[in-house]
Amino acid sequence: MSEKVLMKGNEALAEAAIMAGCRHYLGYPITPQTEIAAYMAKRMPKVGGTFLQAESEIAAINMVIGVSAAGKRAMTSSSSPGISLKGEGLSYLAGCDLPAFVVNVQRGGPGLGGIQPSQSDYFQATKGTSHGDYHMLVLAPDSVQEMVSMTFKGFDLADKYRMTVMLLADGTMGQMMEPVSLDMGEVKEYDKPWAVTGTKCEREHNVVNSLFLKPEQLEVKNFERFEKYNYIEENEVMYEEYLMDDADICIVAFGIAARVSKTAIDMARAKGIKVGMIRPITLWPFPKKALRAAADKVKSFISVEMSMGQMIEDVRLATECTKPVLLCNRVGGMIMTPDEVLAKIEEAQKTGGNN
Amino acid sequence: MTTNMLIAGFGGQGILFSGKFLAYEGLLEEKSVSWLPSYGPEMRGGTANCSVIISDTPVGSPIVSTPDILIAMNMPSLDKYENETVAGGKVFVDSALIDRKLQRTDVEAYYIPATKLANDEGLTGLANMIMLGYVIAKTGIIPFENVDRALLKVVPASKQHLIESNKKALELGYNYAE
Repeated sequence: MSEKVLMKGNEALAEAAIMAGCRHYLGYPITPQTEIAAYMAKRMPKVGGTFLQAESEIAAINMVIGVSAAGKRAMTSSSSPGISLKGEGLSYLAGCDLPAFVVNVQRGGPGLGGIQPSQSDYFQATKGTSHGDYHMLVLAPDSVQEMVSMTFKGFDLADKYRMTVMLLADGTMGQMMEPVSLDMGEVKEYDKPWAVTGTKCEREHNVVNSLFLKPEQLEVKNFERFEKYNYIEENEVMYEEYLMDDADICIVAFGIAARVSKTAIDMARAKGIKVGMIRPITLWPFPKKALRAAADKVKSFISVEMSMGQMIEDVRLATECTKPVLLCNRVGGMIMTPDEVLAKIEEAQKTGGNN
Repeated sequence: MTTNMLIAGFGGQGILFSGKFLAYEGLLEEKSVSWLPSYGPEMRGGTANCSVIISDTPVGSPIVSTPDILIAMNMPSLDKYENETVAGGKVFVDSALIDRKLQRTDVEAYYIPATKLANDEGLTGLANMIMLGYVIAKTGIIPFENVDRALLKVVPASKQHLIESNKKALELGYNYAE
């Protein structure tokens, strides 16, 4: 099946989750991701799955813990304020080493904020979702096709590493339609000997738990988890390079900001400005090595993001502050225009990034 | 070649549907396409708009802020987007609902009383498709011969009986151009 269909990001993502073997969707509606729940409500009963609208976001994430502990692929989705509510459950998932797939179709904040697209949950997703030492694998698609491929891959990574994979999209990615191929290949099945599936009096009880009262034991748990994280940082980084071969200026952008930046880069190239882009697809693990290598070649970086400047901190860390990093941003549900990015590129060209 | 389109009007006029139709036909022509709706509270009874891009190269930003083709289906939409249209662009106006001419002189203006034609011809609610037929005739954005296959894709299976009236509306607009 290679014929492309025109689908909304939210709906394409939902179909991809079903194709990835997810049969349990637990959610609670919130704009701009409600189409995911609506699609699941229609499709899940037809494939023998469960669609459940919980009484709250908190209930939904705790149901995800239950389904995952039983060894099944589970997902929930929400938008920014709803993800904050799920924070506690996300920490418990990490503490229990359970796989889960969680979608955040971001909107402007803080607080209830607005319903237009935003990327201001970058810190939340990559660093501070909730308490304790843990990471989620964070995937940032920039097209409807990637909404699909990253969902499919996300379920695989979650099972492979027994951890939460968050797909960090935004209102634009969720609402836009683009041609998409749903040809995803085979689902890889993982053994889950740890799952709570009933002993049938044939084995010891499995216990899924995040409570370890002995500090020696809890420390070891944390050390082990971070060995896994180190492995992921070495092996699972994904990014796209765009016109970087001869670039003097390197834009760093993800999601919709990367799409806008691509248009701006093409405009700048037409004016003879050598600018390219490194687009992180995994926000955690962040493509540190690619940026560090780029820092030896380019004169400056521009972080293009729809926040007050969150990812820019990771760009500075990754490049060890060897080159200036400018910020091009809009917030509150506003999206930068290609012209605004172009103006920042021209500023970087003129000043070498030094204001 | 990349064509950036903005279709704007009020909720219920089929603004998003007509955009989807164009995007689907672009897809069937093997072009790169994107469709992005406004999804704010305004779509519940206020202005609705959608960005449609049809291109020979991969679509960068899916947001159309400066359209090459503007379709204005009500006065607030024309007021809001007339000045955003690129110089040399084409502006289509439903003159049954908008009783003023364009202020700009550096764009091509096209007027069609789409809503009145729809009501007169028993095609109430299909002013959007009459407008699209006219836009296709004046811009060649998609080949008119192939509208059937895009209609089949965008009209839901449960509403296939509406294909005929949609087709009729498209033809009405297309022929109005002659």
